[in-house]
Amino acid sequence: MEQLAALIAATLSAGTPLLLAGIGLLVNERSGVLNLGAEGMMLIAAAAGFAVGFHTGNPVAGLAAGALAGVLFSLIFSALAIGLATNQYATGLALTLFGAGLSAFAGLAYVGKSVPFKSTFEVPGLSALPFLGTAFFKLHPMVYLALALTGLVAWVLARTRAGLVIRAVGESPESAHAIGYPVRLIRVGAVAFGGACCGLAGAYLSLVYTPLWVEGMVAGRGWIALALTTFATWRPWRIALGAYLFGSVTMIQFALQAEGVEIASQLLSMLPYIATIVVLALISRNPAFIRLNMPASLGKPFHP
Amino acid sequence: MRAVRRTLIHGAALGVALILAACGQEAPKPADKPAEKAAEAPKPPPKPEPLKVAFAYVGPVGDGGWTFAHDTGRKEAEKEFGDRIKTSFVENVPESADAERVIRDMASQGNKLIFGTTFGYMEPMLKVAAEFKDVKFEHATGYKSADNMRAYDVRAYEGAYVAGMIAGKMTKSNTLGFVASIPIPEVIRNINAFTLGAQSTNPKVKTKVVWVNKWFDPGKEAEAATALINGGADVLLQNTDSSAVLQTAEKMGKFAFGWDSDMTAYGPKAHLGSSIINWAPYYKKAIKEALEGSWKVETNWWGMKEGAIDVISLGEMVPAEVKKMAEDKKAEIKDGKFHIWSGPMVDNTGKEVLAKDAKGDDKFIAGIMFYVKGVEGKVPSGK
Repeated sequence: MEQLAALIAATLSAGTPLLLAGIGLLVNERSGVLNLGAEGMMLIAAAAGFAVGFHTGNPVAGLAAGALAGVLFSLIFSALAIGLATNQYATGLALTLFGAGLSAFAGLAYVGKSVPFKSTFEVPGLSALPFLGTAFFKLHPMVYLALALTGLVAWVLARTRAGLVIRAVGESPESAHAIGYPVRLIRVGAVAFGGACCGLAGAYLSLVYTPLWVEGMVAGRGWIALALTTFATWRPWRIALGAYLFGSVTMIQFALQAEGVEIASQLLSMLPYIATIVVLALISRNPAFIRLNMPASLGKPFHP
Repeated sequence: MRAVRRTLIHGAALGVALILAACGQEAPKPADKPAEKAAEAPKPPPKPEPLKVAFAYVGPVGDGGWTFAHDTGRKEAEKEFGDRIKTSFVENVPESADAERVIRDMASQGNKLIFGTTFGYMEPMLKVAAEFKDVKFEHATGYKSADNMRAYDVRAYEGAYVAGMIAGKMTKSNTLGFVASIPIPEVIRNINAFTLGAQSTNPKVKTKVVWVNKWFDPGKEAEAATALINGGADVLLQNTDSSAVLQTAEKMGKFAFGWDSDMTAYGPKAHLGSSIINWAPYYKKAIKEALEGSWKVETNWWGMKEGAIDVISLGEMVPAEVKKMAEDKKAEIKDGKFHIWSGPMVDNTGKEVLAKDAKGDDKFIAGIMFYVKGVEGKVPSGK
């Protein structure tokens, strides 16, 4: 029983960077912009967050720096893809490759360093509960913050005027423009939000999850987060579900191995991608389904 | 219809994204700097051309583990021979068709001695070696050779054994954890040596193993360590290349070891010691032979005796008598008084692998594909 609780806790920790990045990219894509630069933004933020955390000794400053780095890096994307209306796919890919190289270069000085942050947290009162305490109430604050952020995004998108405007820009930028909304500015804002979330996710990796900086340490999580938005058909709570599902895949497999059960890890590591392809196939078979969920102008540049 | 096409385009882009995800983190990055060296080389006295030596690394030099140790060896060799040699390296070379391309590039750029530092370069190096007869190839941890290619390795298991002895004394749950990379004899014998060492100081010990199927992936290594700790292990060792296992142990209040390089800094409270590899003596020897023309095909398998393996930086929490025990055992291994692979030895299914009084020779050690008694689970089938 304790083991199951520990497995749940480990899954929640593993899913958090995916959830953070995924929820940011969701807002990003709901405004009609597809930013394939997620992996690059996460890498840059992981390096920047680690550097600031290392020098200030303050994890909050490190996380904030990561978010800021994500925003700044996303502005490069905005300038090109929204400002100059370049192809979003190509621009995003370029951003990922650039981010991988730049983070490796900028992070050179921090290889082999570590940050001495407090790593155990307990929710007062609740962490002593049997089972539930271990499973849910001894986690890093970022885990709860990610969930709170998901709730906030779900509420803003569904219930507020701001959310309506973002969705309008994503569905029909022409109409939104005609009504008088600054389409490109709103998109820049949404992309910046995506950058901030990817940045938080990257800094979470280098400061909390595996507190070190090494080149390429994001190891494909940015791509999984991108796949998540499709898997979740652009719904916030489904992103959370998918993030924990994908986060649990390796944890479950390792836990089984430690108990002596053998399954091919390669098979399991394919699962997130297979699931995404299946969802893609399903939603492209049913146009009504897409119209309900997929932002209609996703990936298309807007010329006012 | 429009909607469908939209999805398909998005899908196609995502497909590209997924493919990139598979290979994305390994952006090739030639990081050698012989150019600037050449510029400042003194002109007047007609010196012999420096011997060009190249290294292909599987991970980044900054992994703090395996590749870092190789690069330290390279730097020391460079210091020793000065301008008689010119070294360069390419990091992050995947164990795939890319390796062949990189190694062929090295050979055609005039490097006369090429080191490939991971098991997976064996076949690519053999191929390139057949094409460049005047280039000498050195392959780490492999078992194949050619007229101009030889294998070298270190007896890392000696370090694993000593680490196991310490682990046996430090564990409270009598359960050790091992984060394993790829199921090849090199790794499996380290799991066994770790377990044998632990059993020599604590007969009740058992070892749990988790395979991550990667040499370097801090996230996965950390997850595997978490799973082992959740499964009851309280002292961990890893045969992977980053410091993530040690850091995870530090985070969760357990013990672990550094591997390949001294990892004290990554988790001072968890760090019981580091089993390190010192490649410098071998690299100096190989380069010296190549310079003097005495290079010949042979197998070099170096351990504590040659100064290639050591267990260092034992932590403060390790009691003095345990420290002394470890030092004594190191001395015995160095003198050849103690042989780890001595019978009677049974595997974890109860089958005898070494009879009483039998000693496992190098051929035995190179082919270990079984778990000794005390290791839980099954060796993963297939490579």
